[in-house]
Amino acid sequence: MEVTTKSMPYEAWKDNEYIEKLVNELRENGTNVVVGNLDKLINWGRSNSIWPLTFATSCCGIEFVSLGAARFDMARFGWEVARASPRQADFIMVAGTIVHRMAPVLRRLYDQLAEPKYVIACGACAVSGGPFRKSYHVVMGCDKIIPVDVYLPGCPPRPEAMIYSIMQLSRKIKVERFFGGVNRKQKQEEFLKEHPIPGVED
Amino acid sequence: MADMQEKIAKLFPEATFEAGDTLLVNIPDSRWHELAKTLRDDDELAFDYLVTIVGMDWADSLGCIYYLNSTKHGTHISVKVSTTDRIQPMLHSISDLWAIAVIYEREVYDFFGIVFINNPDMRRLFLSIDWKGYPLRKDYDASPEVNPVSTENERQSDFTNTWVEGPDGKIEKKEVRVFEKDDFVVNIGPQHPATHGVLRFRTAVDGEEIKKIDVYMGYIHRGIEKICEQLTYPQTLHFMDRLDYFSAHPYHHGLCMTIEQAAGIEISRRAQVIRVLMDELSRIASHCLFIGTFCMDLGATTMLFYTLRVREQILDIMEKTCGARMTFNYECIGGVMQDLHPDFVKDVKALLEVLPANIKEYNKIFTGNVITRGRMENVGVLSREDAISWSITGPSGRASGWACDIRKTDPYSIYSELDFEEVTRTEGDSMARFKVRMDEMVQSARIIEQLIDNIPEGEYCVKVPKVLKLPVGHWFRMVEGCRGAFGIYIESDGTTSPYRLKIVPPCLPAAAVVDHLTRGNKIADLITIGGSMDYIVPDIDR
Repeated sequence: MEVTTKSMPYEAWKDNEYIEKLVNELRENGTNVVVGNLDKLINWGRSNSIWPLTFATSCCGIEFVSLGAARFDMARFGWEVARASPRQADFIMVAGTIVHRMAPVLRRLYDQLAEPKYVIACGACAVSGGPFRKSYHVVMGCDKIIPVDVYLPGCPPRPEAMIYSIMQLSRKIKVERFFGGVNRKQKQEEFLKEHPIPGVED
Repeated sequence: MADMQEKIAKLFPEATFEAGDTLLVNIPDSRWHELAKTLRDDDELAFDYLVTIVGMDWADSLGCIYYLNSTKHGTHISVKVSTTDRIQPMLHSISDLWAIAVIYEREVYDFFGIVFINNPDMRRLFLSIDWKGYPLRKDYDASPEVNPVSTENERQSDFTNTWVEGPDGKIEKKEVRVFEKDDFVVNIGPQHPATHGVLRFRTAVDGEEIKKIDVYMGYIHRGIEKICEQLTYPQTLHFMDRLDYFSAHPYHHGLCMTIEQAAGIEISRRAQVIRVLMDELSRIASHCLFIGTFCMDLGATTMLFYTLRVREQILDIMEKTCGARMTFNYECIGGVMQDLHPDFVKDVKALLEVLPANIKEYNKIFTGNVITRGRMENVGVLSREDAISWSITGPSGRASGWACDIRKTDPYSIYSELDFEEVTRTEGDSMARFKVRMDEMVQSARIIEQLIDNIPEGEYCVKVPKVLKLPVGHWFRMVEGCRGAFGIYIESDGTTSPYRLKIVPPCLPAAAVVDHLTRGNKIADLITIGGSMDYIVPDIDR
């Protein structure tokens, strides 16, 4: 199945093998016609209206501001507005370095996001620690504390790259199973089992 | 300098002196507070501006180097105080003389574990309360097992420590409450759109009024100073982009100048002109973004789109020459990385053409607006004395009437040949800070106008040795970043990497003064005041 978004030709995408693997995994047991079509409809809506959380710690955040402004204008893709409250947002763009002191805060923000929720690790620092690999106070990649859906390299990534990363995310959302789909949820549950929420049993 | 030395030697016979780019006074800790008081209060000395406190670990001793400036005479001095005790090092505090010293001493305590006697607030500043070890000490154990990443909220304490010296010289540790017992404390940040990054204010409020703010920093502390000690000099440069990312060019300029001065490298006139052009372009871009975000904080979201238009135009110019929109890494030791793009002159002229109309538009839309004036005028008034005592430099300091522009007071590069005005105002309120930045954009454009047709021919980068070693010694230089005086202290032991590289950020005092400025104001004014100080959090935390 060719998964694409924003009328971008399928061949122009990178990482097509990854998305095809994901589709195959999801469709292994076949799809119910009714549920499958409903899925398609809902995912079409969801993938075109993902709203980010206003979350920025450093340089990447400024490119994120540019992304929201008139020249790059993410609103034209339906990613509309950045929400200041995690309860109104669909995904976190982890824009900037995450340090030891910030780690519990980021984790808490992630826990406060309403399901279904996604994470983009934006910039070299959030992907792997970036230029601060030798630091005593930097978390070497935000995937140490929260599950990440899309990795976006760059220091900082250009706004165009950010657009591409959110488009990749919307492709991922498109192939998800909304009804009775467990794949993504399972992954998240596994991650949370390994990284339990402090103070919460079960 | 000789007069100063004579005078101090007469009053303090135990002081010894070292000549250098600034006079260095060695003084035992027991006489330090007295010397500090003399330095500040004596009319002939009048060192009223505490530039920074550089914490140091010299292996056999721990200590501090204090850099002081006189705003009256324009003189500089540095004082070295040290202790050989590594288990419980203690020095006397000067927090009663300079307001900013409270925060500066907390920083030294955080990094080196030096306790300052009589400082009212001896808590860690950037690292959490349970952090093990003092990271900038040379014997610090940096293995991740000692301080693992935690997803549990860090422990909080309502108490702070203070070490008080009694009249008999006995030092006693005391616990003091940060807030009063029945204060109502509201938490603002670190995830808050109006804190301009990840800064946290614990705010005690009485109804709508702010009683006290306790600033928490360190949510983006990356330990750049420590990383630099393991890198060679050219490698340290690229971290300057990641401090205050709007002042990337001026900060690079500062570090390059310090290294060049230490290594005795003369750079070409062309490189100097290019550097100044880039500094001023980034100043305009930075102030543009300030206006945009500040207005957005106050509810005028549209302004962001207007100001970013000019900023994007400048970023295009930078991108053509430097190859990046941010984090340029353009200035290098000996000059600049690559020559100007052929379109540079044409593009800059196009920018200069549209800039006046844009500034006029900003003024028309925002500055005269009745709501704007109501929210900004007489809000967060900072007097000139307070600005100096709190070391508030840059546009914010100049809005309080303190002429602190390093480009004028200690001209570097080619600034002494240029014709521009230092913008100062006297009101000291949020509106003044806003207007100073607006006017500075005009002055920056004036500087660019003078240079753009006279970029001299020549090499853009002189030859420097592949392996760069600095001679043994220490250097301190300051440049005017977009937000104030930015300082670089380098101590070299003769190897390829610095023994200590201290960064003096202009934004740290700007965030520290928020408590002083907001007391008695309404909680909504906190956003106005914080926005008008224009601090960049990665610059504070380093």
